[in-house]
Amino acid sequence: MSVFDELVGQDTVAAQLRSAAGAAHAWLTGGDSAGMTHAWLFTGPPGSGRTEAARAFAAALQCPDGGCGHCDHCHQVFGGTHADVLFVRPSGLSFGIDRARELVLEAASRPTGGRFRVVLFEDADRATEAASNALLKAIEEPSPRTVWLLCTPTAEDMLVTIKSRCREVTLRTPTTRAIAEFVERRDGVSPEVAAEAARASAGQIERARRLATDPETRERRAEVLSIPTRLDSLGACVSAAARLYELAENEAKATTSALDERERNELKAAFGEGSTGKGVAKAVRGAAGALKDLEERQKRRATRIKRDTYDVALLDLATFYRDVLAVQLGAEVELATASRQDDLWRVARAGTPEATLRRLDAIMECRERIAANVHPQIALEAMTSALYMG
Amino acid sequence: MASVSVSALTAVVGDEDLLVDRAVAGIVAAVRAEDPEADVNDLVPDQVSVGTLASVTSPSLFGERRVVVLRSAQDLTKDIVAEVTAYLNDPADDVVLVLTHAGGAKGKALLDSVLKAGATRIDCAKPKKEQERLTFVKGEFERAGRQVTRDAAQALLDSVGSDLREIAAACTQLVADTEGRVDADVVARYYRGKAEATGFTVADRAVEGRLPEALEQLRWALSVGTSPVLINSALAKGVRGLAVVAQPQRGVSDTDLAKRAQVPPWKLKDLRKQARSWSPSGVAHAMRVVAETDALVKGGGRDPEYALERAVLEIASARDRRG
Repeated sequence: MSVFDELVGQDTVAAQLRSAAGAAHAWLTGGDSAGMTHAWLFTGPPGSGRTEAARAFAAALQCPDGGCGHCDHCHQVFGGTHADVLFVRPSGLSFGIDRARELVLEAASRPTGGRFRVVLFEDADRATEAASNALLKAIEEPSPRTVWLLCTPTAEDMLVTIKSRCREVTLRTPTTRAIAEFVERRDGVSPEVAAEAARASAGQIERARRLATDPETRERRAEVLSIPTRLDSLGACVSAAARLYELAENEAKATTSALDERERNELKAAFGEGSTGKGVAKAVRGAAGALKDLEERQKRRATRIKRDTYDVALLDLATFYRDVLAVQLGAEVELATASRQDDLWRVARAGTPEATLRRLDAIMECRERIAANVHPQIALEAMTSALYMG
Repeated sequence: MASVSVSALTAVVGDEDLLVDRAVAGIVAAVRAEDPEADVNDLVPDQVSVGTLASVTSPSLFGERRVVVLRSAQDLTKDIVAEVTAYLNDPADDVVLVLTHAGGAKGKALLDSVLKAGATRIDCAKPKKEQERLTFVKGEFERAGRQVTRDAAQALLDSVGSDLREIAAACTQLVADTEGRVDADVVARYYRGKAEATGFTVADRAVEGRLPEALEQLRWALSVGTSPVLINSALAKGVRGLAVVAQPQRGVSDTDLAKRAQVPPWKLKDLRKQARSWSPSGVAHAMRVVAETDALVKGGGRDPEYALERAVLEIASARDRRG
């Protein structure tokens, strides 16, 4: 068994990373370092497992056996607790220059375990331009034992100066069969459920797992997919938009409300609220600024969750119309929404391929608008009415 | 040379800038009337340092009178306050000293000692009650030797708001533009429709297809400082209302319709009237325009006001779109 077994349908990448880890090991013991480098850029479509690949590589670098998957090092890397692996996961909408400068310092220290200091930067495309520039020098010429692993959907998302300093690892969209096998093995679901989830996920591994194991996710997807046939009037357009809006609000609330409250209480306790003694009053007063800061961060986190939820819903909708287009054009491709065959055919017969393309454009435009901070309800209404009019 | 007609020491107390300015200007004018050569030093706290007061109050070479105005006396530093207090004990006889004070608790000690030294007090508090503002409007016209009816004064206040400077400017404008007695009709001719200009009126006029009125309301709303984002969300709401009633879903009650359109149930009738000449494709186009505009007013475009004007134009003309 090896840490690279967890990569779904990425045989080429696994081989490349395995040999790099081997070279790294050879270099540590005084050998040749060909095949290894200090900065890597993991790219691939959403859900293809960029972070998983980077994490497996990090484990392979820390593990004396090149990623055996069962030693302490491997376990710690996968648990996110390894002392020499720095996980960076921007939780807000962007990653600012202040955090970037801190990161440069943290990345420069020597590894405590004597092997490598690994920085695993998820969603590196969220780094602002200023932050990217601050990281530039550290990525170009890090301390001898530091390795940077950046993850981003496409290399074009990064500054060209960062891109040129990294070796690129490009993941492909895993095949439906590879995903189905993985979900079946990993989550112990029946082959039928796994196959259905894999088809519906359109190549996104995590989404396939959630669809296979979480009935609520399945229900939500079904609701989103029923929108096209329900749009029979402008009134229905408004209702559908309102419903999507509500779903995202609820999703954000469910994830954040408990967390927000706990963080607030912890912060208040840290500033001495509820305790007695000399100087407590002054310390508690000082908490106001920090609390405001925290609330600001929590708000940004909630916004990101909402945007992610819209994105998932809109992409589901887009897959539906993609399948409609495939039916209209008679293309022999696998349909991600094959389970709704009746709806597909009905919508396909009612319109032309041109109209379907216009509808797909409307969905993508809606995604862009939401990302540009347009009020989601307004953006969604414009989209549903465009879907209705065709 | 010293004259007794203008008090040598005056405290102007209050937070209404317009009245404070007028009181100070009145004193300066009175001094100038007696001595056209009089020297005026109008100082804000930033311009006053230790020694400034001594230098502006010391006797001048040609013996002309001097007016020293210390603005915002509550913000003077401790050293300066000590200097002023010292001056009060030994005032120069050809200097007219005016202190303005916002009237709060800050710097009250200085104000008290100035008043104790025999200062004339002029109160310039903001008029809080409607009645006081009515009196103010009347006073403004009387100063210009004109008469105003009570209705007219009330109408003017309704459309201009409560800012004293704006009220005064409006009065001056009316005095200059009209003749004879100012009554409610005259005010209505010059100040129609401003007070109720909100995003919602803009939206109503736009969906009714009344383009000139919609644009006029838009300009008013923007000029009274309504945020472009709010105006656009009002447009969105107006268009959403159209969509809900123009083509309602089957089997939905009026209560539910009102909820979806986000209006109180009694407004449904108005909405239906507005929606009568809209076609589905027109409404869909309007929805698209609103979404585009939202991006433009939130930083996607260079000029939010232009974006809104364009939105109003597009929406009003989408009304007659067929098909």
